[in-house]
Amino acid sequence: MPQRAPQQAGGNPAGGLTRRAFLSTSMALAAAAGAEFVGGQAPALAQTRTLHVLEWSSFVPAADVIRDQQAAEFGKQAGVKVTLEHINANDLLARATAAIEGRKGPDILQLLNNNPHLYAGGLEDHNQLIAELGGDKFYPFIRDAVTVDGVARGVPYFFGGGANTYRKDIFQKVGIDKLPDTWEEHLAAGKKLKKFGMPIGQTLGHTFGDAPGFAYPVLWSFGGMEVDEKGKVVINTKETRAAVDFVKEFWFAACDEGGLAWDDTSNNRAFLAETIACTLNGASIYFVARYTPEKTAPGMADKIGHFLMPRGPAGRFHTAVPVANCITTSSENKDAAKDYIRYCHQKEIYEQFLVTNKGYINGPLPEWQEHPMWEADPAVTIFRELPKYGRRAGYAGAYDRKAAEVWAKYIIVDMFAKAVQGESPQSCIAWAEHELKNVYERA
Amino acid sequence: MKVLPKSAVTTTRSPETLASTRERLSWLASISAWLENEAVLGYVLMTPALLLIVVFIAYPFSLGVWLSLTDKLVGKPAHFLGLRNFTHLFESQIFWRTVWNTVFFTFSATVLKAVLGMWLAVLLNRKIRFARFIRATILLPFIVPTVLSGLAWVWMFDATFSVFNWGLRWLWQTTEWLLNADFGYFRGPRWLGDPAWAMFSIIMVNTWRGIPFFAISFLAGLQTVPTELYDAGDIDGATGWQKFWHITMPLIKPIAVVVIVFSFVVTFADFQVVYVLTRGGPHNSTHLLATLAYQLGMASGNLGEGAAIALFMFPFLALVILWQLLYLRKEGSQ
Repeated sequence: MPQRAPQQAGGNPAGGLTRRAFLSTSMALAAAAGAEFVGGQAPALAQTRTLHVLEWSSFVPAADVIRDQQAAEFGKQAGVKVTLEHINANDLLARATAAIEGRKGPDILQLLNNNPHLYAGGLEDHNQLIAELGGDKFYPFIRDAVTVDGVARGVPYFFGGGANTYRKDIFQKVGIDKLPDTWEEHLAAGKKLKKFGMPIGQTLGHTFGDAPGFAYPVLWSFGGMEVDEKGKVVINTKETRAAVDFVKEFWFAACDEGGLAWDDTSNNRAFLAETIACTLNGASIYFVARYTPEKTAPGMADKIGHFLMPRGPAGRFHTAVPVANCITTSSENKDAAKDYIRYCHQKEIYEQFLVTNKGYINGPLPEWQEHPMWEADPAVTIFRELPKYGRRAGYAGAYDRKAAEVWAKYIIVDMFAKAVQGESPQSCIAWAEHELKNVYERA
Repeated sequence: MKVLPKSAVTTTRSPETLASTRERLSWLASISAWLENEAVLGYVLMTPALLLIVVFIAYPFSLGVWLSLTDKLVGKPAHFLGLRNFTHLFESQIFWRTVWNTVFFTFSATVLKAVLGMWLAVLLNRKIRFARFIRATILLPFIVPTVLSGLAWVWMFDATFSVFNWGLRWLWQTTEWLLNADFGYFRGPRWLGDPAWAMFSIIMVNTWRGIPFFAISFLAGLQTVPTELYDAGDIDGATGWQKFWHITMPLIKPIAVVVIVFSFVVTFADFQVVYVLTRGGPHNSTHLLATLAYQLGMASGNLGEGAAIALFMFPFLALVILWQLLYLRKEGSQ
């Protein structure tokens, strides 16, 4: 080991840097760095009004573009610097939680489903805005999504839902002459498609849109439900059993069994790669085929059509996913935020947004269902029918935080997923009942 | 007090200025003398690190403990509940499934990483060409951001486009052609869609990421083993395995314990691999405590229960660390 050079107290070590020099240099650097934060005047830019909006990254890219343009235009008119941040929808909740708890972050949060119930403690009272922008004309189910104990915690902006996207040419080839109207017809069609090598594609994975978008309507269409009007768990019924039995048969007979691992984009890719012939989805698959044909097989757009969810013994249902803009209580620009929401709901502005989406979303007021846009492209006209069959999670109980927790935990989705994995239907239903009671009957 | 050199004092300054300068210099000299004491200087130099630990570890940990004992929902005030969050979790089958997943995942991945890491370290300890380049390259899985590599793995495991299944299918079809047989359509494993395969997949990805850390750490240990011991072993006729077990292992055991325990703790709290690949699916068969805590706390807004799940790991991991410290102290005293 090399000898250490002898050092006298207060003398210089062989390397040249004394402790005193080190301390005085580092303290000087720290003081210089910290001086900027102590006293002095904030840069002029920090004094400009700003508005930070957090929203999802749409499956229709053009919609994000038009939102950015509209935000910029509003900013110019109102003298506000608007920052629109688009993120993956699966990440909205985590960002919202951080913003509400940290009391810092976006001025406006775009929240899906009834998530305003989860964040009510950190969102402003929007009753006045609701009254100005539509009042009782808003669809009841999307008002319920934002109304917590009589106070609106957001303003509904649009809602979306899925329909079955299918290949018209493949259906014809395998001899499906009539579009499936009931689950039995859908099963029969699926058997033919699977035999042909292009089955139905459906996810039962942990993903926010397509999985619950299938699981809840199937349950409801057989008469099953999570809770009754009083919030008592009533999942363990013969109707639920019928739904689980059906899905188990449907999965193996008609579906691509890899769907357990799919997220909300997997079925899009599978459809456009021509490995499946039918899938529950928004109109985004069709939009890719129609507006970026270079990314798909030739002529794909003309081969795509849509039909509604099949009807079961208890009726036909769709999950309608409401989306709302919600001002946070921590916002320092609440007036600007309210003005921005008003701007977004102006007739011309909203029309521009609705038309850009080309049927991917529905307006929050029934009048938007009469817009000529719905007739412009017959392939997407069917999406206009969704409000008739829309139902929300937590039915028949309240559309509240518990319903949101059940949705976020994928309890209904997993009930079906466990069944198709081989567990007995009764065991799956018992498991779901136990987990639902854990949420709804918690002391 | 140090005597100032005459050059520090000029005759052009006023007596008051000189007095205040002497006072200031005297004050600085006192501070300097105080800092000359190593016992004081040690604490002064440790203070920034201590502040960081308090702010970024101690405070969040304490807040987490508090949250786990309350009914805290996002945006709402917290009320003390005692251990009710924990008892509530104990009634959930999803929770117990997650505990089992976490234990199985951690043990499996750690054992694989240790064994394969040691194997790689032994290979790298040999004199090979481009040794430095190879040693640097094998670190890549460890240093590439987990989410980035996770996304690549998602594609490789994709239910429709998996390159693994494509390769296996090609082998299958080639075999059929060679044997002039028809074995039917080969789909390949559902890497992320079947619970068993999904667990295998996340263990595989975690192992792939962790092997370089083990290998480099073990390699550092192997290089401290005197070669004379191996020569002695050769003289005594020891086989390769005997040399490894009786010479190498005892000497690198302290390093191995530190590395294994460290990796165990980090693997137990793994989040990124599962979040990117499966998000806990299919039907909670790959949920770990960290991902379940995130789902409950961040996605459902139930911060109290989320914190309770996160803290559930703490006593167990604390015991592991304690065992490690006691073991190393015992080894050190021997």
